[in-house]
Amino acid sequence: MTLAETLPVVWYFIIGFAVMMYVLLDGFVLGIGILTPFADDAAQRDHMMNTAAPIWDGNETWLVMGGAGLMAAFPKAYAVVLSSLYLPVLVMLVALISRGVSFEFRFKAAKSRVVWGFAFAAGSIVTAFMQGLILGALVEGMPLTGGKYIHATAFAWFSPFSVLTGVAVVFGYALLGATWLVLKTDGRVQRIAFDLTRPLMLAVIAFMLLVSAWLPFLDSNLMARWFTWPNFLYLSPVPLLTVLNAAALWVAVIRNREVAPFVLSLCFFVLGFIGLVVGIWPNIVPPSLTIWQAASPVQSQGFVLVGVVIMIPAVLAYTAYSYRIFRGKVAADAGYY
Amino acid sequence: MNEALFLSRLQFGWVISFHILFPAFTIGLASWLVFLEAWWLKTRNDHLRDLVFFWMKVFAVSFGVGVVSGIVMSFQFGTNWARFSADAGNVVGPLLNYEVLTAFFVEASFLGVMLFGWDRVGHKTHFACTCMVALGTLASTFWIMSANSWMQTPAGYVIKDGVFEPADWWQIVFNPSFGVRLPHMVLAAFLTTAFMIGGISSYYLLRNRFVEKARLCLKAALVFVAIVAPLQIIVGDMSGQEVRAHQPAKLAALEGIWTGGTNVPWTVFAIPDEQTESNRYALDIPHGGSLILTHSWSGAVAGLKSFPPDDRPPVAIPFYAFRVMVALGVLMVLVAWVGLWKWRRGTAFTSRSYLKSWLWMMPSGFIALLAGWWVAEVGRQPWVVYGLLRTADAVSPNITDGSVLASLIVYVAVYVSLFGFVGWYLLKMLRVGPVAVPPRRRVRTAARPLSLGDEEMGDRP
Repeated sequence: MTLAETLPVVWYFIIGFAVMMYVLLDGFVLGIGILTPFADDAAQRDHMMNTAAPIWDGNETWLVMGGAGLMAAFPKAYAVVLSSLYLPVLVMLVALISRGVSFEFRFKAAKSRVVWGFAFAAGSIVTAFMQGLILGALVEGMPLTGGKYIHATAFAWFSPFSVLTGVAVVFGYALLGATWLVLKTDGRVQRIAFDLTRPLMLAVIAFMLLVSAWLPFLDSNLMARWFTWPNFLYLSPVPLLTVLNAAALWVAVIRNREVAPFVLSLCFFVLGFIGLVVGIWPNIVPPSLTIWQAASPVQSQGFVLVGVVIMIPAVLAYTAYSYRIFRGKVAADAGYY
Repeated sequence: MNEALFLSRLQFGWVISFHILFPAFTIGLASWLVFLEAWWLKTRNDHLRDLVFFWMKVFAVSFGVGVVSGIVMSFQFGTNWARFSADAGNVVGPLLNYEVLTAFFVEASFLGVMLFGWDRVGHKTHFACTCMVALGTLASTFWIMSANSWMQTPAGYVIKDGVFEPADWWQIVFNPSFGVRLPHMVLAAFLTTAFMIGGISSYYLLRNRFVEKARLCLKAALVFVAIVAPLQIIVGDMSGQEVRAHQPAKLAALEGIWTGGTNVPWTVFAIPDEQTESNRYALDIPHGGSLILTHSWSGAVAGLKSFPPDDRPPVAIPFYAFRVMVALGVLMVLVAWVGLWKWRRGTAFTSRSYLKSWLWMMPSGFIALLAGWWVAEVGRQPWVVYGLLRTADAVSPNITDGSVLASLIVYVAVYVSLFGFVGWYLLKMLRVGPVAVPPRRRVRTAARPLSLGDEEMGDRP
């Protein structure tokens, strides 16, 4: 295999990894935001937000890494995807700003605390929904005319399927947030989180089934790989593991475990993500733009790969280190602020 | 005219102008913190430690806004400038990705320890982390200036089927204008911060608060500006030489020269008229243009008329912005040198009128910085990659006018209110000021930029 054949594959996984890191790390923080309306009072909301206070900032760097990586390694995909999803991306960015600044301003404000609390919850919900919607629109596919762009439309991304994936991601992040709170809190907040975990888990499993059942009926050809023989056999560990994972999560929640539900929820996301990556392969923009067609030349991908190989392990080591520093339960009156 | 194109240009100008204010400030602040902390490590003067803590809070807030507005930037190229991304992404994308790898991740990694690790790590380790954050901000400047300079003076590429492909990364990164534009930007960021530091310190001196600390800061700012502002004028002049060599149409626009030739005058002020291709109410200094631009009495400078109208940049914005930048640069030197003279006479830190001049000059760095960038970016028009890819051919072909209008309105509304909140919060912080910090504080664990600076604010939970 030549470099021109292998480098795009390597980059497909690098970007997939960056996006997955973002989804896992920011997923539970957005989940906390989605769940703050369920708190009894402002003190409990503070408690919830304090659990993520020390670690949420670095998480967004993974999103920027995904964006910049896509531009460097697959500029055509970066151009098509972002311009086609103009409005969802806009709304997501504004929601991210709202979430980010209200995380901070809420603790500084005296009279306007309620407003910032609302902005935090709304920003988190809208961010999650838009990310799911963007995912759904991507999976549905963006047909290119003449090998390049679709003609100008503002709402091509809107469909029942993309709305479904949008709602699904809101529930998925909420599950991550709930199990994170089970892990990091005690007392009343942990109780609330426990009570939310079961219905959320059921909803997420239902959404996973619904989305999976819908996939074969999409025009995008996506997931065709899943349903051809003998691929189905080779790939069967993924759905099997997902079923096992769901069962284990169920048992862990029933038994009021504290650590296992969060870890298993993360695994749930990883498995779903793998299923998606395998399904989209070898396209980067379904239904027809392959990673080799969208790839930047070897000189571009190779040049940045050097930096990735040196920097990403260091970044991962530091991330693990900072999570270690902030391990353990966060008390209701933790002095983060 | 294509509405989506025009609105996209407005929007890019708006979001980048808003964004650049914060990185510019934090580039300077990070190095200022390195300087203060090194000074403290050497002398163990308590005032210096209080100042480190105070400026760290200002840094944290500005950095936070820089991060959120920076995320917007990283998506702008794809949403609004899809053809630029698709055609030039092979070259520009890797430069921006290196910024993420060598700057953003480094800053994110060491920021937590710098902001919240004072009591958790040794003083030297903390200092090392502050240095890494400062290095991160400079690495970010390096890559952004490289990418932007490549768009000004492209090099090291080949074009295949209308798409840029890298041929020589060394030539791309160190393209012809990079060598002078990088120091110009770094010095601009440092001067911006120096005037904020000097202005805030003068504010305290005028109100007789934190007198000793404010004097320390104002002295540092004054000496720094006295040396660096003249240096910046020299670097700016070199930058002008570089523009003359590589972007003659931009030079003609920013100087308002319609008819080129030898013995060109320097236009102090005029109203450039693109219809008649001439300047109205021009105040000219004979031979000034030749002298400044070519360093000789009668040197030749190209005029706008020697370029086809389609290849000319708009004249008014670069022309006025350049004059604003130069005037502020001269004022900066003046304020600092007058200060040195007054310092010798012993009145620099007590004269109310002199301290007020620093107060007035507080935003001068920001204004000069924006003016300089408008000269560079508007002057590059009608090209996005100079001489090779037109801005009109770079815009996303598949976005609707309505979408871009909506996004422009949203970004204006969001950023104006964000600016209001941040300004209000910084003001609150200034009112508290560089209060004394107890030598050993209880262990704090948060590691987010904006959450620092909550204590002593009075009204938090």
